[in-house]
Amino acid sequence: MDDPDSLNRRLKAARDRQGLDKPEAVKGGLPTSSWGFGLRAGVEVFSALVVGVGLGFALDRWLGTWPWLFVLCFIVGAAAGVLNLYRLFTPRSGARKD
Amino acid sequence: MAVEGKAIDALGQFELGTVLGPVGAAVGFTQSNLYMLISAGLIFVLMMSGMRARAIIPGRMQGLAESAYGFIDDMLQAQVGEAGRRFLPFVFTLFMFILFGNMLGLFPYAFTYTSHITMTFTLAGIVFVLITFVGISLHGRKFFGYFFPEGAPLWLAPIIIPVEIISYLSRPISLSVRLFANMVAGHVMLKVFATFVVMLAGLGTVGPFLAVAPLAMNVALVGFEVLVAFLQAYVFAILTCIYLHDAVHLH
Repeated sequence: MDDPDSLNRRLKAARDRQGLDKPEAVKGGLPTSSWGFGLRAGVEVFSALVVGVGLGFALDRWLGTWPWLFVLCFIVGAAAGVLNLYRLFTPRSGARKD
Repeated sequence: MAVEGKAIDALGQFELGTVLGPVGAAVGFTQSNLYMLISAGLIFVLMMSGMRARAIIPGRMQGLAESAYGFIDDMLQAQVGEAGRRFLPFVFTLFMFILFGNMLGLFPYAFTYTSHITMTFTLAGIVFVLITFVGISLHGRKFFGYFFPEGAPLWLAPIIIPVEIISYLSRPISLSVRLFANMVAGHVMLKVFATFVVMLAGLGTVGPFLAVAPLAMNVALVGFEVLVAFLQAYVFAILTCIYLHDAVHLH
């Protein structure tokens, strides 16, 4: 007969194949509920846009180039928002492995 | 107060006013400042009275104080690593101050100082200055390599660098807006449903029975707000840890 652990091992392998066991959440990670995640994504885009618009507005007032730097910074801010989103969706490497 | 005519006054709760009579008015001491002092005092009492016994088998207060300390310590070690433990006093203070502010704000007649963007932005600004300072002092000029990832083609630099800088500058804004928006939204919802209770209760005979529905909603909302109060303090602390990780390790 098999050793007693073999059943557990095969059971574990079978459950993994079917995806029945949820992967253990990284300890101390950010909450990942769908609502929280959505709000986080919104805030990330919004804040990058705010910085872009604010920076463009201030630079234009200073240099008197309205509206060109505003338009440019708006686009750069939007790109930064997308970058923030990309960072949000890319799993971070934990510090323990460094 | 809640019902003025037929309008719902949901934002009046965030208005600042001075407290402590003429003395407070003279120095502009608002109820926001008062609650900051109260929460600082409560944290102080919790830590001091909790750790006075220094028992091997902790009592209730000591257990609470130790688990709060251990919670932040674990968070820093998991996110930043061993080098992060030197930031424990900062992150612990930040977490407890926000947590107590959020929780105190749920008491009736209390003022939530974390519902003001000036307040949360100041906290986020302190975090931002700290992470920039830590990054520069640990890495010197290499810190600015953070804005241009290694291995990217050089001709992309005029696009990547401004985008990275704006993304970096957006950190304090996203940090502060998240906390502020969550607290404001929660308190506005509580106030709106509480106003519905009052309005419906005044509707003659059936009114009080109808008023049970928004009242039940408010009971559920208060529970939800306790969760949000803790979660937002936690998110603020853990994002601070993540930013500290970036500053200490540069990716």
